[in-house]
Amino acid sequence: MELGLFIVLALVAMASAIAVIIQRNPVYSALYLILTFLSLAGLYLQLQAQFIAAIQVIVYAGAIMVLFLFVIMLLDLRKEEQRAVKGGYQLLIGLLLAAILLGELGLVFGGGVLKGVPGEFSPEKVSALGNTQVVGRLLFTDFLLPFELTSVILLVAIVGAIVLAKRRLD
Amino acid sequence: MVPLSAYLILSAFLFATGVVGVATRRNVLIIFMSIELMLNAVNLAFVAFSRFLHSMDGQIIVLFVMTVAAAEVAVGLAIIIALFRNKETVDVAEINLMKW
Repeated sequence: MELGLFIVLALVAMASAIAVIIQRNPVYSALYLILTFLSLAGLYLQLQAQFIAAIQVIVYAGAIMVLFLFVIMLLDLRKEEQRAVKGGYQLLIGLLLAAILLGELGLVFGGGVLKGVPGEFSPEKVSALGNTQVVGRLLFTDFLLPFELTSVILLVAIVGAIVLAKRRLD
Repeated sequence: MVPLSAYLILSAFLFATGVVGVATRRNVLIIFMSIELMLNAVNLAFVAFSRFLHSMDGQIIVLFVMTVAAAEVAVGLAIIIALFRNKETVDVAEINLMKW
């Protein structure tokens, strides 16, 4: 059951990820990307990361992709679509590089070098305490400084986005 | 029980797909979406390691990655809008000047 669910979600994620990069129309790419994000949210649920799954749906599939769709619809891309597909050496080199990368990653993952010392948060303990509660407690104790710094990053992003996208007043 | 390696292979595949997207497409919006795909692939690896190594640090880092990704998307899309306003194109082959 668990394995079957994983296979279905993984296949949906892989198929829609490929669809993202071969689609001609950016709107369809964005919609396929949402599908990838939703299936990843399902995988997070299976990994007992309920909070991350919720954030994935709200922030990624919700906020970020809505921003993408807004921008795609703001721009007039009809001219671009006609010359979207470029074959030739660029595609060849890209596929070659990706194949080398995939081979390297497979070598690392298959080599069994990724062993670690198990930490204190066993799945039983986390499900007893509640995933969100554990994440929240860590955010406000061990990770307090990075957590506060993210607010600065978001503020800088807001200001930067407004400055860049604003029409010049001159 | 799904083994850790299954999640890692899926993560590697999604990352490689993102690399192909960045290397082969010329529409800057699709390149941007491919970068998001790569970020998500890394997030999946983080969460999988977090589950199998009994540590919550991976999930916390995923939270930070998502925050940075949100900031990056906001600024990046603003740059794309500014570019399109000035050059009327989203083709990266034609975007080759810092000023115009």
